[in-house]
Amino acid sequence: MTAVREVVAPTWFGDRRRRTLAWVGLSALVVLGVVVAGGPAADAAQTTSLTDRNLGPSAAHWFGTDRLGRDMLARTLAGLRLSLVVGVAAAVVSAGIALTLACLAAVFGGVVDRAVGWLVDLFLALPHLVLLILLAFALGGGTGAVVAAVALTHWPTLTRVLRGRAREVMSSDYVAISRQLGHGRGWIARRHLAGHLAGHFVVGTVLLFPHAILHEAALSFLGLGVDPGEPSIGILLAESMRYLTAGAWWLAVLPGLCLLVVVKLVDTIGSNARALLDPRSHHL
Amino acid sequence: MAVDLLTRTVRGLGGRLVRLVLLLAAVATASFALMVHSPVDPVDAYVGGDLAAIGPEQRAQIAERWGLDDPPLERFATWLGNVVQGDLGRSLSFNQPVTEVIGERFLPSLALMATAWVLSGLFGFGLGVLAGTRQGRFADRAVCWWAYTLASAPTFWVGLLLLYVFSVSLGWTPVCCAVPVGVLADDVTLLDRLHHLVLPALTLSVVGVAPVVLHTRQAVIEALASDHVAFARAQGESTRGVVVHSVLRNAAAPAVLLQFASLGELFGGSVLAEQVFSYPGLGAATTTAALGQDVPLLLGIALFTTVFVFVGNQLGDLVHARLDPRVARETAGAR
Repeated sequence: MTAVREVVAPTWFGDRRRRTLAWVGLSALVVLGVVVAGGPAADAAQTTSLTDRNLGPSAAHWFGTDRLGRDMLARTLAGLRLSLVVGVAAAVVSAGIALTLACLAAVFGGVVDRAVGWLVDLFLALPHLVLLILLAFALGGGTGAVVAAVALTHWPTLTRVLRGRAREVMSSDYVAISRQLGHGRGWIARRHLAGHLAGHFVVGTVLLFPHAILHEAALSFLGLGVDPGEPSIGILLAESMRYLTAGAWWLAVLPGLCLLVVVKLVDTIGSNARALLDPRSHHL
Repeated sequence: MAVDLLTRTVRGLGGRLVRLVLLLAAVATASFALMVHSPVDPVDAYVGGDLAAIGPEQRAQIAERWGLDDPPLERFATWLGNVVQGDLGRSLSFNQPVTEVIGERFLPSLALMATAWVLSGLFGFGLGVLAGTRQGRFADRAVCWWAYTLASAPTFWVGLLLLYVFSVSLGWTPVCCAVPVGVLADDVTLLDRLHHLVLPALTLSVVGVAPVVLHTRQAVIEALASDHVAFARAQGESTRGVVVHSVLRNAAAPAVLLQFASLGELFGGSVLAEQVFSYPGLGAATTTAALGQDVPLLLGIALFTTVFVFVGNQLGDLVHARLDPRVARETAGAR
């Protein structure tokens, strides 16, 4: 073991494992910071001040102001908080659906397994965004509908991954022996399946966050998402479109850039966590 | 032999058709059920702002004319019967038959998506090969970083960025629409259309490039590590020769498969890009339909895009099998 450790030359920032952990921690800290900062910013985000409308970025307003004189930095922070909360809530529900279906398929097999596979195919048959629009429309719009729509559309890929993994476990020798020993399905699922799926499940959930956040923003941008009065990033960008031709670049560029950075940070957490838990999958 | 091939093709085609029909039936049932249980009242949505001006009798008349009083199952049967005959109903927001709306709107969207598809495929493949051959070096890291960053970028934000830089600041490209404003349809030249197409297509291809890059890179790295490449190198082949003769075809198969499988994502992207650039395609029609509570059009688009994605996947399988003989043998063996 020591021989291996010597081969991996320590860099200025410790070894690779430490570095990965540091990345995860740092990203999580920034994302949490945004969520915390978004709380107090909610008031400032809605305070209008008609004397300073459509101002560019300055020391007083780092991100400029919008058509009603609202501070864009506050609006961006509040919007990021909303996007993160909605996205994360939806992704967690979605991951729950994926886990339930994958376990059902693996434990019961046969007809259940085929039904789950068929359901996954059905949900992947429509373009993702069209399905989202259909669901958001059918659920009547609003923040709750967005959470539900995003939650109901993001589980198929994770279900596939978990189902494949669960199938691997269920076909292994020790599960067969366990069956021979007379253990029931519930016991096998608890004792053998849960441990193997936990890591994949956590990482898969974190990797769902970016998609969920981006899709929430997209729905809000199209006008089918959260209530237009709420400062979501998608709504900020949709509003900015009218003033873009007048040269108000800060309305669109800065909030979008912040969303990009936050999504990338969340993605960093997910892929680094995967690299730690499952080193073989690291290359892609 | 020829007859054998023919029967196999026909059987494959038949199987695919049956799968498509089953899929369409499932999508139709599911989306109709969604629409029926929607809390949005279709009559309220149709009347919109004139709600106060309309009495309960008129509302009842509209509901009766649309058959809203019938039980859902009966309505579904009627609707499905019409769909089978090719009648998708009438779009409320465009006041045209749904099939006409989709037909008119799909062509500009197709031009947009095809351009973006080809561009992202070529760029993605090129960058992926570059990154794979220079694995671990600066070019590889830069390309990978770029691809991962783009994967986190919201499509509509990239569109807004490009719109600001090229249309507003530089003035090189038009701000909106698919054709110049105020010009008769007959006077629009192909150049005009391309001029309006370039920015939305660029947006879509920039965003869609990431998965192709990463998968191609992986395939190139795997191919470069294989025995036949080592053998070619031992015979004195240069890196360039190795890439051209021994790697490209191996790397092309996953890229092509991925590119065909990404048609759904591409359509989703076009919904957003068309909204940013006010491009009158099917994506913009989807948004209009959802915002205008236009249930027949939404159902029609759901069915149409299902076919679109299905055809994309099947074409991907076919091309993949041509590029990679092992796949063709496997599917033939399975059948």
